[in-house]
Parts: sequence; C-alpha cells; structure tokens
Amino acid sequence: MALLEVENLHVSVEDEDIEILKGVDLTINEGEVHAIMGPNGSGKSTLAAVLAGREEYVVTDGSIRYKGEDLLELEAEERAEEGVFLAFQYPVELPGVSMTNFLREAVNSVREARGEEELGAADFLKLVRERAKLVDLDPDLVKRSVNQGFSGGEKKRNEIFQLAMLEPTLAVLDETDSGLDIDALRTVSDGVNKLRSAERAFLLITHYQRLLDYIEPDHVHVMVNGRIAESGDKDLAIRLEEEGYERFQREPAAA
Amino acid sequence: MSTTTLDTSAQPIDRFVSAFQVNHGQALNGTNASVAKRREAAIQRFQELGVPTRKQEAWKYTDIASVLDRPYTLPLGPNEADVSARDLDPYLIDDLDAHVLVLVNGRPDHSLSQLDALPEEVTVTSLKDAGTHPAFKAHYGEYADAEDEVLTALNTAFVQDGAFIHVPEGTELEQPILLLHVNAAQDDLLMQPRHLFVVEADAKARVIGRQLSLTDARTFTNTVTEMFVGERGYLDHYVIQEEDDNASQVLSRFGYHEGDSVLSTDTFTFSGEVVRNNMTLTPDGPNCETNLYGLVIGHGSMHVDNNTLVDHVHADCVSNELYKHVLNDQSTVVFNGKVFVHRDSQRIDAYQSNDSLVLNNDAQIYTKPELEIYADDVVCSHGATAGQLDEEGLFYLRSRGLSQERARILMMKAFAQDVIDVIEVEPLKALIEDRVQDRLRTFAS
Repeated sequence: MALLEVENLHVSVEDEDIEILKGVDLTINEGEVHAIMGPNGSGKSTLAAVLAGREEYVVTDGSIRYKGEDLLELEAEERAEEGVFLAFQYPVELPGVSMTNFLREAVNSVREARGEEELGAADFLKLVRERAKLVDLDPDLVKRSVNQGFSGGEKKRNEIFQLAMLEPTLAVLDETDSGLDIDALRTVSDGVNKLRSAERAFLLITHYQRLLDYIEPDHVHVMVNGRIAESGDKDLAIRLEEEGYERFQREPAAA
Repeated sequence: MSTTTLDTSAQPIDRFVSAFQVNHGQALNGTNASVAKRREAAIQRFQELGVPTRKQEAWKYTDIASVLDRPYTLPLGPNEADVSARDLDPYLIDDLDAHVLVLVNGRPDHSLSQLDALPEEVTVTSLKDAGTHPAFKAHYGEYADAEDEVLTALNTAFVQDGAFIHVPEGTELEQPILLLHVNAAQDDLLMQPRHLFVVEADAKARVIGRQLSLTDARTFTNTVTEMFVGERGYLDHYVIQEEDDNASQVLSRFGYHEGDSVLSTDTFTFSGEVVRNNMTLTPDGPNCETNLYGLVIGHGSMHVDNNTLVDHVHADCVSNELYKHVLNDQSTVVFNGKVFVHRDSQRIDAYQSNDSLVLNNDAQIYTKPELEIYADDVVCSHGATAGQLDEEGLFYLRSRGLSQERARILMMKAFAQDVIDVIEVEPLKALIEDRVQDRLRTFAS
C-alpha cells in the first residue's frame, strides 16, 4: 500500500468558481522523495495546502488516501497527529505565542496520538538542542515568540527544525528554498537529508532545480495548469532547467 | 445598618441632594474634619453639574444616568455585613506575601485585615481614622476634581470611609499592600468609598486593589482614589475588577507625581455590569515616568469604559499607555485616551496604543485616542486597532497538531500577553494568567 495516493483531484477556491487543480494523480511510497516543479500559478502550493487541510479550498472531485484512509475526512490537527507535516512557504509570525510553549504542546499532542509518553521539560529541551543543531538554528530562538523577529532564513530553518521535532511520516515542503541564500540552502538541505529515512516520505515543491542538487529526489513531477504533465527521475529536473516550462504550456497536458 | 433610601419619585439629582440634606450634620459629619469641610461645596457642584447624559462627549457611549436612576439605598453607618475570614480565603492571592486591608462595602474591617507585619513608620488604615494624620490633611481632596467631575463631586459629598496609605520619605515597602474590596451587599446599595495613597519622596510601594462580590445584589460603587508620589518616589497601582455581573461602578483615579518619580497603573477588568474607569494622571516635575496599562476580557453584556487622561503639565517626561481588549458575546468596550501636552512641556515622549480583539459580531468597541499637543518639541504616538483572530495563525498552529480550541486560546492569550507581562509582582501575575486563561477557555470552546 502506498503512503499517499492522490487520484483525479479537482480543487476549487471556496466561494469562487475557479478550478485550480484539474485532476491530479500522485502516488508516494514510504521513504520516497518526490519533487513537484512547475511555473507560477500551476497549482503546486494549492496541492500542498489541500494535503495539510486548509479549509478555503474545496475538493470537488477525486480522492486523497493516506495510509489507506481518507485524508480529506481529517481536520488539519488530526492530519498532523497522523504524521502529515507542511513546511510553510511563508511561516506565520505569532507575536506573544512562545515558541517553547507552542512547540512543546505540538510535540506532545503528536506523541500522544502515536501512543508515546509526554515529554517532560528536561527531555523536551534536550530534544530541542539536538534537533536545532540539525539545521544550525540558534536554540535561543526557541525562547522567542513564534517566528517573530526571525530573518527569512531563520524562519525557513525553523520550519525544518519543527519538522525534525514532530517526526512526520509525510513532510510537504512548500518552496522552502525560496528566499534562501546558497549557504542557508545548503544548511536546510543537509538538515532534510539527515531526516530522510525508510519510513519518512518527502514532497518538495520548488521552482528551481537548484534545491534538487542538494536533496536528490527519487521522482520529479512537472505540474502545469492544475495537472501533473510529466513525471520522471531527477534528470527531468535538469532538462526543465535547460528547456523551461514553455513546452508544457504550449501543448495541452495529456489527460 | 443605618441607611437612607433614595426617594425614586424625585429626579435623580434631587434624590441625592435631599438625602444629603437629611443626613448632613449627623451621619455625614461623623467622619473627619478634612472630609467634612469639602462636603457642602461638593453637593452644590453636583447639583449644578447634573447627572451626565449621553449628549456629553465624555459619556457618549456609557449611559450612566440609567445606572444612577435605580432605587438604591445609601449606607450611612457601620457595616453589618456578615463576612468571615473564611469567605475571603479564596480571594487572597496564592503565594502573595502582602499587607492586607479588607474593605467590606467600602469600609475597612480591621478584624479581617492582616497588617501586623507592616513597618512601624508606614500607615495603612481607614480614612475615618486618618483625620489627624498630617499627610492626610495635606493631600486629601487636593487631586480629585470635584469641581468638574460630577461623580467625584457626588463622592466627595457623601464619602464615609475608605483606605488611607502613607509611606514616609525614604521607605521602600517590600511587600505589596493588598486592598481587598469586598462587595457583600444584600440590598441594592450605592457605596462611595474614597481612598488616598501618599508615597513620599524616595519611597516605594505597590498597591493591589482586588474587587470582588460575595453576593449578586445590584449595587453601584462610586469610588474616588487619590494618589500622590513625591520626588524620586515609586507607586505601582494594580486594580483587578471582578465584581458580580450585576454590580456597576465608576472608579475615578487621580494621580499626581513629582519629579523623577514613577507612577504606574494596571487595570484588569474581568466582570461587572457597567464599569467606568476614569483616570487622570498628572506628572508635575522633570523626568517623570507615567504608565497606564489595561486589559479587559469582555463577556456577556458587560460594558466597560476606560477614560484616561495623561496631563503633561511639565517638560521632560515620558508616558506609556497600552490597553488591550478581548471582546466576546454582547460585551462593549469604550476606550477614550487623552494625552494633553501643555505649551511649555517640551521634550515629552508620550506613547499610546489600544488594541481590540473582537470575537463576534455582537461585541462592540468604541475607541477614541485624543492627542492635544501645544508644545513643539515632543514625540507622541498613538494607535488603535480592532480585529479578529488571525486565521493564518490559527491554521499554522493547527497544522502542527494543536486543536482548534487550543490554537484559539494560545492566540487570544498571546494578544493579551504584553499587558500581563508588565506585572512585577509574580504571584499577582500568576493569578492574572489564570483568570485570563479561565475566561478565554470559555470563549474558545
């Protein structure tokens, strides 16, 4: 059984008659790393949002099965408990919400759902220090409010740090590479590579092949106009970098 | 208890005036000389000013006339309320080592108070017993505006008792003073307590006023508090308002402080029917720091009106004002914050901000920041916001495994946090944290 099976997924924006995803098919097995590339507005981030449970999108047709269950039946927090994680393209600043309190609550709610014991304060801090090191994040940032006063790079590293804390089964990274300089990109990628495992799958959403130089995907998909237009291995990404997306946009995508 | 029932067949103004005439010379003059000598002029001003109507700008959003126009009785003698130490146990703040003065229906009750640990030179007593104290004679009635503020005039005319605190020059009081204001009225009482805090030069004190109700009587409390802080002195005044939802009040505070001193007020409003807080703070010397913080957690049909004035009569001072409101149900909050900078008051830094989180369509916020600046070398800013919980933030928290309810509580709490964080007394901060959490939990579920 595949970890994630997306079949003929059609998605519109709530209250509007605009269809963004027009029949997406995607299968991800445990431990695999998939990358979705595509031009602006092709629906990549919408797919990520729908997977995470954002309510402003309406699924009009198709299905998403995760670990064999209907993912669309679950609330956002239930998906997190089941091991779905979304690294936000634009991590939200939450002034006054302490990073430590929030993260401890998040970690313990996910642990409880997995039938694990709550982490005490000391064990939690130990885990924070250990996982912060993975993405070279200053552990003192955890004493601040969530993302408040973080640089662009720190916000993205903070997303991967939280991924490391929550240990998901399916991690969706929505343009985590955007806005990162080369050094930060390498740090974040190293972190992700260390988190790869036989049980954990990744879905990387990106504009640029550059990220895939650091995180080598098992599969690459091209999304154009709300559909997966082509799938292949990492060489597809290199070809895209050379040829651009124009070829897909001119031809109607295969049904 | 000796009481006078107001004659509701008469107009509200006449009711109070005739009650004054009936009791003047007897019950009302038994207090002390400083208090007594101001009564006549005050009742006359009350009569001239009349009950505020909503046509007056300062009362536009608070219908105080209808609160005053109820069949109250005026208590004019000692308490007969049956309050025991055990009744008060739940309201003593956990882990707070404080000097406690208990006031039942506006009058100090020494048998319920705990003042044994008070340093000898510090005075915490009833206003009634303070008449011969030189500081009382020097400061009583000097700051409260009984000339233009009608409810202050009414209080000045009828005042019976209240708390008097004196911290002499150079004394830094380590433990805070807790004034436990217990509303134990069985009748529909109209109480008019009057407090005076005098913190002399180089002295320091923290005063916590906690208001609570032991009954659900429909009472009205018209309080006047005067505060004086001498040069290089420090006074932090916390007020926690959690009277019963049937209890209404006007709390008028007048603070005057001299050069290089700090005067801070923190007001937390959790319940009450109509709550009007008037605050006039006057920093009258160089390098004063004046702070006003407030938090309102509105539920049910609560109506809370914070009306503040920082009167910068002197140059080279700093004032900070921050009020936050979380409004649920049909609650209403009015915020009117005025900063007045006089012509010769140069080099003033005055900051004011008020933010409201409005959780549903029935809750209302009226906010009016007012800056009146006549000096040219000043830095003044003000800001007012009103909004709902950030959906994006809620989703972020939920996507990490927090329930909708927990995410909402965290976000509401975060909104209020900066007003809670200014509390310097840790056990009080813990209490406020708990009270805020408890209330927000009911909003989130």
